[in-house]
Amino acid sequence: MISGPDNSGTWAAIIDAATFRAGHNTTLVLVGATLLGIAAGLVGVFVMLRRRSLISDAVGHATLPGIATAFIIGNAIGMDGRSMAVLLPGAAIGAATGLLAIQWIVRATRLTEDAAIGAVLSVWFGVGVVLLSVIQTMEAGNQGGLKTFIFGQTAAMSATDARLMGAVAFTSIALVALLFRRLRVVAFDEAYARSLGLRVDLIDAALMALVVIVCAVGLQAVGLLLIVALLIIPAAAARFWTDRLMPLAALSAAAGGVSAFVGSVISASFARVPAGPAIVLVAGAIFLLGMLLAPSRGLVAGIIRQLSVRTRIQADHAMLHLATVGPMPIETALPPGLSGLLARAMLQRRGLVRCDERMVALTDAGLAAARLADRRRRLWRLYLIRHADIAASHVDLTADAVEHVVDPAILARLEAEIAAEDALDPPTQWPGRDP
Amino acid sequence: MSPALHEFLSIDLGPILAATFACVSCALLGNFLVLRRVSLMGDAISHAVLPGLVLAFMITGTRDPLPMFIGAAAAGIVTVGLVEAMRRYTRIEPGAAMGVVFSVLFALGVLMLERGAGRQVDLDADCVLNGLLEAMIWFVPDQWSQVLTWDAIASLPRQVWTLAIVAVVVSILVAVFFKELRIVCFDPGLATSLGFPASAVNGVFMVLVACVTVASFEAVGSILVIAMLICPPAAARMLTDRLRSQVLTSVLIAACCAVGGYTLAAFGPGWFGASRSVSASGMIAIVSGVAMASAMLLGPRHGVIARSVRRTRLAITIATEDLLAWVYRMEERARPAQIELAAETIGSSGLTLKLATARATRLGLLISENGNLRLTETGRRNATSLVRTHRLWESYLVERGGYAPDHVHDAAMRLEHAVDPDRHVRLEPPEPSTPLDPHQRPIPPRS
Repeated sequence: MISGPDNSGTWAAIIDAATFRAGHNTTLVLVGATLLGIAAGLVGVFVMLRRRSLISDAVGHATLPGIATAFIIGNAIGMDGRSMAVLLPGAAIGAATGLLAIQWIVRATRLTEDAAIGAVLSVWFGVGVVLLSVIQTMEAGNQGGLKTFIFGQTAAMSATDARLMGAVAFTSIALVALLFRRLRVVAFDEAYARSLGLRVDLIDAALMALVVIVCAVGLQAVGLLLIVALLIIPAAAARFWTDRLMPLAALSAAAGGVSAFVGSVISASFARVPAGPAIVLVAGAIFLLGMLLAPSRGLVAGIIRQLSVRTRIQADHAMLHLATVGPMPIETALPPGLSGLLARAMLQRRGLVRCDERMVALTDAGLAAARLADRRRRLWRLYLIRHADIAASHVDLTADAVEHVVDPAILARLEAEIAAEDALDPPTQWPGRDP
Repeated sequence: MSPALHEFLSIDLGPILAATFACVSCALLGNFLVLRRVSLMGDAISHAVLPGLVLAFMITGTRDPLPMFIGAAAAGIVTVGLVEAMRRYTRIEPGAAMGVVFSVLFALGVLMLERGAGRQVDLDADCVLNGLLEAMIWFVPDQWSQVLTWDAIASLPRQVWTLAIVAVVVSILVAVFFKELRIVCFDPGLATSLGFPASAVNGVFMVLVACVTVASFEAVGSILVIAMLICPPAAARMLTDRLRSQVLTSVLIAACCAVGGYTLAAFGPGWFGASRSVSASGMIAIVSGVAMASAMLLGPRHGVIARSVRRTRLAITIATEDLLAWVYRMEERARPAQIELAAETIGSSGLTLKLATARATRLGLLISENGNLRLTETGRRNATSLVRTHRLWESYLVERGGYAPDHVHDAAMRLEHAVDPDRHVRLEPPEPSTPLDPHQRPIPPRS
């Protein structure tokens, strides 16, 4: 992008670009790219929910023969082959033929979708590469500009191109908003959509048309090899944070917009940083953030959850062990390891056990808690024998595994049953604590 | 020695050999990718090795093949591992996981290339995509007779050597572990229950794919690698149902694509009077696409044309049967069986019905007299048996199936055509309690 060589790569340059003070052209490109990112994020959500993510990769690659053909034809009829007005329809037509080929292969032959995508992607791109080498041999062909579409180059964008990109992106955003309800029904319950009388094939076609538009219009900004990233990554990143469609779409659009904006700003402020990879890497960072930190689906949350379950299990086992056997060495009750240490800390904090240097024993509160844990285990035994048809000889193993995930509502129902059992068969004696 | 031959041997033979070896190795492994429905793993790997290549170059500072290969292979393995880990730990749809991993790694590679490495050496994105097929020159041979001498072979371009070794190693591995690959690819569950380490075989296989991808794409470019991993096996899959013949066919197709594609690219433009050749790897990809399209259309059993012929034949057979039964019913009601009326009651299209009428007349089942149809003796026997089956099905559906009498006609229309595939006899339900069908028409006796 256009930025003065004097302050390239400095904070001043980044701030200038980010606050739209780096020149009229840069500002237009930034706005256009951001709109493109938002559009791609929105469309990507539905593509992901329809499980068609990788089709967009083929669509992106399939634009190349379209671009090359449009360039050749445009030059032949005396237009500027490199103007967007010529290349954009070409790209869209190329992408659409690739898409139709994939759909035909899947419908008409025994080949599966992944093979169809891969074959179309590589063959269409091969056609494009051959056409590019043909253009190279043509005398009129000043093809220098065409290769920039493979990796994207916002620096080459004129104000007109940026306006066009922004306008098309805005139109696709509006289209998604218009079709939102229909896309939602089709994405979540195709059969229900059919029963409502919706034309699922038409809605799918509209979605794929949006993919084609986003790919075609995103060529200059991110390039045809990486446009797929803008359709996949924001949606996948947003998926970590929510299970509801509205927030999902909003988050994905935001992630796409932010990636495109930040990536373009970085590209504008540093020399030799192409916009496409910059945008994709920002999107990748946002994805990584969600993958690690999201509250319920994130990896960190998952690890914490798993650790806390294991800690509870350790603590329960230790209490039952101490209650039946009496005081014992610490490493016998709580085997060394992270969950053992955490369990010991938890038991001590709640005042359930008393530790000296070597030995550990239950407190009064601990004995009561052990009774409770034992009761829970017995409840599960009973439940599994009575209601889940598990043989009495097998039940302890299963009960050990499930007693820690007791649901309070089920617990209450089982309490009544165990009271009756208590009357017939008195509960375990507890040698438990030192007298 | 003719100059043309010298030119061919030194400029064209090396690339042809390299492309053939690369295509054959890729196609061999691609069979299992296509069958396991993970074709796009090759796509992902060939994009994602870029940062590995660039990193290896930045560390060593040379374009030495070995470190580059190690770097790229490591990146390929990391890709496979990341996709698998993401699928397992994050509940993301596998396609999306793959897309995230390879596009981010590819972006990283492009950025590294632009920022540093690419400046100092002719390693650019173009060569990653298209390969350097045209840049291989074999200096020694002047004549065909010299091609097979030791000196000539020793001076083959390095890429040809590498790819030849890779092709041999891959062929041996696939041959030796054919049984394991087959069982893991068709039924991983069975493989595990039989004690085959399915996930280990899978892991090793993916590493092999990564290595072949990396070895090939330096010479032929990543696009051609993807085409070769998928198109020849997919074409072979349209031609055969047995894995062994599929693998062999795909290898043959791959070799033909390599030679044919290169020839078209190098000499094709000359046939049209153009002076320069076009991109060879692109042309090979196109040829493989054409091969795949031809196989999809012309495959003997699964091809689109064969299938539509089969379907049309079946439709005509069914329409013939429907027509005979219709004429029988008209004669039963003592009404003229006018050809124009047939179309209204029989669900087949007009053309199918015309063909069916012609077929029935040719077989001597129907006689057409000025617009009216009449059954011959043979025709009546066939029609009686059809109508009998139809009415038996109707009775059966009402008496045993609990259908309402006015709902059984359409179901019986379909069931009456059912033929036991083993004995080639028409399926017939048990005799009903009454000799009349639910519409109070007599069920004809068995002929």
